[in-house]
Amino acid sequence: MSHDYPPQGFIRKYVFSTDHKVIGIQYILTAFVMGLVAVGLSVLIRLQVAWPAHQWPLLEALLPNAYESGVLKPEFYLSMVTMHGTIMVFFVISLALVSGFGNLIIPLQIGARDMAYPFLNMLSYWTIVPASLIMLSSFLVEGGAAAGGWTSYPPLSALPQALSGSGMGQTLWLLAMALFIVSFTMGSLNFLTTILNLRAVGMSMMRLPMTVWTLLVSSILGVLAFPPLTAAAIMLLLDRHGGTSFFLPEGLVVGGVVLDYAGGTPLLFQHLFWFLGHPEVYVLVLPALGIAFDVVATFGRRPVFGYRTTVVSLLVVAGLSMIVWGHHMFTSGMNPYVGEYFSIMTVLITLPFAVIGLNLIASLWRAEIRFSTAMLFALGLISALGTGGLGGLYLGTAAADIYFHDSYFVVGHFHFMIGVVTGFGIFAGVYYWFPKMFGRHMNETLGRVHFWLTTGPVFVAFISMHYLGLAGALRRLYDPTSYASFQPLQGWNVWISFELFIAVGAQLIFLGNFAWSMFAGREAEKNPWQGASLEWTTASPPPHGNWDEMPIVHRGPYEYRTNGSTEGYVPQNAPVRPTLADSATSPAGEMLDRSGP
Amino acid sequence: MTSIPAGEAGVSGPIPPRAAVHGKHPIPSAGPYPMGLMALLATVSMLFAAFTASMIVRRGGSDWVRITLPSVVWINTVLLAGSTVAVEMARAAVRRDASSRSVRWLALGTVLGVLFLVGQVQAWVAWAAQGVFLPTSPHASFFYMLTAIHGAHVIGGLGAMLWTLRRSALGAYRSGAHLGLTHMAIFWHFMGAIWVYLLVLLSIL
Repeated sequence: MSHDYPPQGFIRKYVFSTDHKVIGIQYILTAFVMGLVAVGLSVLIRLQVAWPAHQWPLLEALLPNAYESGVLKPEFYLSMVTMHGTIMVFFVISLALVSGFGNLIIPLQIGARDMAYPFLNMLSYWTIVPASLIMLSSFLVEGGAAAGGWTSYPPLSALPQALSGSGMGQTLWLLAMALFIVSFTMGSLNFLTTILNLRAVGMSMMRLPMTVWTLLVSSILGVLAFPPLTAAAIMLLLDRHGGTSFFLPEGLVVGGVVLDYAGGTPLLFQHLFWFLGHPEVYVLVLPALGIAFDVVATFGRRPVFGYRTTVVSLLVVAGLSMIVWGHHMFTSGMNPYVGEYFSIMTVLITLPFAVIGLNLIASLWRAEIRFSTAMLFALGLISALGTGGLGGLYLGTAAADIYFHDSYFVVGHFHFMIGVVTGFGIFAGVYYWFPKMFGRHMNETLGRVHFWLTTGPVFVAFISMHYLGLAGALRRLYDPTSYASFQPLQGWNVWISFELFIAVGAQLIFLGNFAWSMFAGREAEKNPWQGASLEWTTASPPPHGNWDEMPIVHRGPYEYRTNGSTEGYVPQNAPVRPTLADSATSPAGEMLDRSGP
Repeated sequence: MTSIPAGEAGVSGPIPPRAAVHGKHPIPSAGPYPMGLMALLATVSMLFAAFTASMIVRRGGSDWVRITLPSVVWINTVLLAGSTVAVEMARAAVRRDASSRSVRWLALGTVLGVLFLVGQVQAWVAWAAQGVFLPTSPHASFFYMLTAIHGAHVIGGLGAMLWTLRRSALGAYRSGAHLGLTHMAIFWHFMGAIWVYLLVLLSIL
């Protein structure tokens, strides 16, 4: 252990720790806990959608406030839909993928002892804890949790009397989100500064592993895109509790009473929300792609294809993602010319995205693939990216989106992108870096069972949702069978529910495997996967401070080669040997040149 | 084709020269601060940009009436400008290694900053006395909200100023080593600039 870091007691080491690895693991475990809640909600949602009028005495015994005579109350259904989305997007995927892996991996991959601001890092985690607790506690207040959708559009979210969940539940939702934004912004500042300023000697930008690049782009987007949501949340709070009318127009009637508001515009909130909301998709998806690049390179035993074009594409995606938010609002009555602009920009974003996706696929070309669990999830991610991405083309085009808006087509699409792609990114990352986290391996057999029981059902379920949407089925309906035109589609809902129950069951296998392996998994050596990037040059798990002697970087992160040896790789810190300069003429050398500066 | 043994060296370029070298130390001296500060200013800028956009949109509402700002805000502007000048004078003093003078300038800057906040509260009191409250009109809503949010940032800046004042009093800054003071000054000037911007916005929209 480095002499810079004296031994610490239990509290300082595992609870109020400033060590980035401990904080990363704290984030990931918190995300798992929140994930259990969000997945539990999805099970209740799917039970309701598939069997709307069915009586569930057991559920009523467990959740007496949510069920009446064994049947789910409509208002609780709306709360569940809202909270499932909110918790999944902000408190599971953001936490695990960005905050979790960002903390765990960035210093290890760039060769730093810790984050730039370790104390701020601890603070940002301990801001998330109350945020999570407040979000969960909103289920317990009068009226229940927020019910205006994860997008919290006013007036439903602005008028406490609008829905039962629009009261205290919505206020707690806003409070939890405010804390979340503060925490996430602190984290983004930290990532940005760490990546740009604390890289090891020799770690030029073009030698960064893809995970770090994607987290850098995510952090830039986070820093720039979250403040407008903060602004929106502040104004919404004032509309709710300060008597203002930023978002409230005149002529609102609730319970037969005309409300005394004038001049506000709910559309303003939608613009502010989606100015964050769309970049947020990339904040979540890009790190998953970065992890996939690293995993594909390590288990494909070859350099990633088109490192530079991927980096450029990432930056272009980031830039474009800030100016396409209007495609979430095509049906809001916007000027058709504005809609056309948003359509063109959205379709344009598919170009750099296709480059990234094709580079991932091309990285598999002539690879010597080792089908580890991490690799399986990375491959599943690539497939989901293609499937989900194609749906995005339809939704980004105003003419098609006006039909698909608010239908199950949208639900299927975004579950592919920010459900499956990001979820598989988390799983790939966990299986890949578990040895670095705990010095042990996860069970690979259980991992494969987890992969296959997840992949089949989620693909079938979410593709089925696209068909439902094509047939016109609307999302967020408490009882789809109450519309005669949707009754013939009900079989699809039952089918989708069964598929998702299998997938949910598979996640229990994962959690069991994770918990068991933490303490009893096979012990891992320093570099169990023969990885070339810097995190594999230190112990598993690394000591506080990461390295005794700081590494010096001499080359790119993906120096794997396939000529003759499946084990062949060169760690980033291996010194250059001029005597091997002739290898520059070999195909392997050519590949190496592309991955280095 | 030359086969390269596993785990051996390959070819790559020379080590690029880099400024932020950090050997045994967890954080290089003052390395991360400029980048962290710039990112912080970027995020604060986006917050006020979002409020600006909202104000322009909301101004289209039928009920938009601009109310003349309380006259005390102009005095406050002078106070904040004075404070920002004092901070700059403190930096200049440190550059000449006149540390006792820099402490005095920083103390003046802090006092003027606090007076600015007191003046802002006075502006609220003045409007409240006229019967103009948060919900009175959308223009008033923006005034109260923006001054409060700016004030919250100013309080943060004052915290940083007190910290540098203490460091300065302990003689921690010298002509070649006063990065903390410089960064506090950048943030403070930025808050001054934001205030002038908000004042213009609230006066013309």
